[in-house]
Amino acid sequence: MCRESPLPPIPTAMSIGQSIPPTAATPEEAAPVAATPRPKRGVPSGLWLRCDECGETVFRKEVEQLMSVCPVCGRHMYLSARDRVKFVLDEGTFDEWDADLMPADPLKFADKKPYAERVVAEQKRTGLNDAALTGAGMIRGRRVAFGVTDSAFIMGSMGSVVGERLTRLVERATEQNLPVVIVSGSGGGARMHEGILSLMQMAKVSAALARYGEAGGLFISVLTNPTMGGVAASFASLGDLVFAEPKALIGFAGPRTIKATLRTELPEGFQTSEFLLEHGYIDRIVRRSDLKSEIARTIDYCGK
Amino acid sequence: MSAGPGLEFEQPLQTLEAEVRRLETDAEKTPQQHEELRATKRRLADKTREVYAGLDAWDTVRVARLQDRPKFTDYVELVFDEFVELHGDKFYGDDRALRTGFAKLDGMKVMLVGHHKGKTFKERTECYFGCAHPEGYRKSMSKMKMAAKYGMPIVCLIDTPGAYPGIGAEERGQAQVIAESMLLMSKLPTPIICVVIGEGGSGGALGIGVGDRVAVLEHAYYSVISPEGCAGILWKSHDFADKAARALQLTSKRLQELGAIDDVIEEPLGGAHRDHYQMAARLKQYLVKQLRELSEKPKDQLVADRYEKFRKIGQFLDGGAA
Ligand SMILES: [Zn+2]
Repeated sequence: MCRESPLPPIPTAMSIGQSIPPTAATPEEAAPVAATPRPKRGVPSGLWLRCDECGETVFRKEVEQLMSVCPVCGRHMYLSARDRVKFVLDEGTFDEWDADLMPADPLKFADKKPYAERVVAEQKRTGLNDAALTGAGMIRGRRVAFGVTDSAFIMGSMGSVVGERLTRLVERATEQNLPVVIVSGSGGGARMHEGILSLMQMAKVSAALARYGEAGGLFISVLTNPTMGGVAASFASLGDLVFAEPKALIGFAGPRTIKATLRTELPEGFQTSEFLLEHGYIDRIVRRSDLKSEIARTIDYCGK
Repeated sequence: MSAGPGLEFEQPLQTLEAEVRRLETDAEKTPQQHEELRATKRRLADKTREVYAGLDAWDTVRVARLQDRPKFTDYVELVFDEFVELHGDKFYGDDRALRTGFAKLDGMKVMLVGHHKGKTFKERTECYFGCAHPEGYRKSMSKMKMAAKYGMPIVCLIDTPGAYPGIGAEERGQAQVIAESMLLMSKLPTPIICVVIGEGGSGGALGIGVGDRVAVLEHAYYSVISPEGCAGILWKSHDFADKAARALQLTSKRLQELGAIDDVIEEPLGGAHRDHYQMAARLKQYLVKQLRELSEKPKDQLVADRYEKFRKIGQFLDGGAA
């Protein structure tokens, strides 16, 4: 929204905050998973599911075996933070840090639903207590500090808990001289419900990464669908190397905001991983099945 | 000075101001007229105090956006003795929404960085209404590095609805430059003072907002998202921007209570738009005082304190205990 007065008629979000509606679980436009009812963690139950990309109905078991990738078209579907831990880290090596931190409600924020209630509902639905999991673990035998955000928990948005967990992760990695790997799935950017405190987490985590970088740390940032707003405009863009899964939506302003501001159609493939690679903001597009070995190889090249 | 049209709470003030002007034009005043003028002025002052003490978050947003509030170029004129604009980002182009240059402040050499929204329609269009593109942040980063290299403190004046949401801006790395700029500012070994003079719109504001002192003018605001954007997402309609503004608690007083900013700079009675000179004088006084203090600190201490300041921001429960 870039007019003072009169304000434009439609979307005017300067979207560091959520750029896409935080409707319940699966961010509908951002992380299309599949139709059918969606219970826990945004992945539909039932034997079959339909791929949003190619429209094919596929066997759920097969999708799961492929780490939630469509066997027909290769669409990288939603993956929960716990599953991400399972697929990236060596089995049984994850030592979770700061699990005790719980979201507060500093603004007593309420839209149609009080934030406090929203948090409880999201916790129940996802089994997480906030949108990020952090800890230490091994990747093919290499010890790393690992963080992941889950796009199902209030759009994977960053409030005080996510900011604090990631900052502590980076600080400990600095002390222990560990590589940092953060997998982002955050369509929500900085979390509106915690107001200015969420915005400031961007500066806080970035400052920790500045120190980490000066100490010689290696940070690999992995972007997944979707990574937008204040998450894209902070730690997610600060990797020494930035990887992205294929066809993820990645950008600063939400596509709907841009469309409304410019009153024009957006180019084909705008704000996808491939678009960002073409414009020089991503080092490699990495398929989910290759992520583990790609990270391990990078760590080896950098001698960490 | 008249305030913006359309702000209903400004109406009674503008009526009284017109009345004062009318009474002042009578050259030969009877004692009775003198008394009437004095009484009207008193009523105006009382009413102004009352109205401006009672502004809510949405009123504040509208005051912060007033066209005749002092803008970057006004402060350049009124606060600084000289401004030598430096245009080059050495990459793509000269962003007019974000300006940088050498400036003199009470005899001190500083690097001045600030958003400009424009004062005429033509200028506002050139400035994209204060919404910077990536080249603006690239330019400011290069000038900030230069400032640190040559021992100049940095002053950032923030006034933006947000960073520009456009195709070119995304292609040229809007997210990337904002992230890089925060990272850079967090470690530069020179004093940095950031003041939100009008709108502190999300990442576009924070992109030049990491400093040793972060202040917000009394009737300015600073927010994670525009009230309209927030309303569009959570209330599904921009018509609820007023509700969103109140929920976001984006006023200077609340920002300070939340520990997100260091200082609130008091505005002249009835807002900065009523008295540019007085506002500029207060801003200048603040900047000079803080810069003198910060210049005393050893550089490594300065950077360490800046880190700790941002490190502490945030509220959460630890181990289930408050
Ligand atoms: Zn498919």
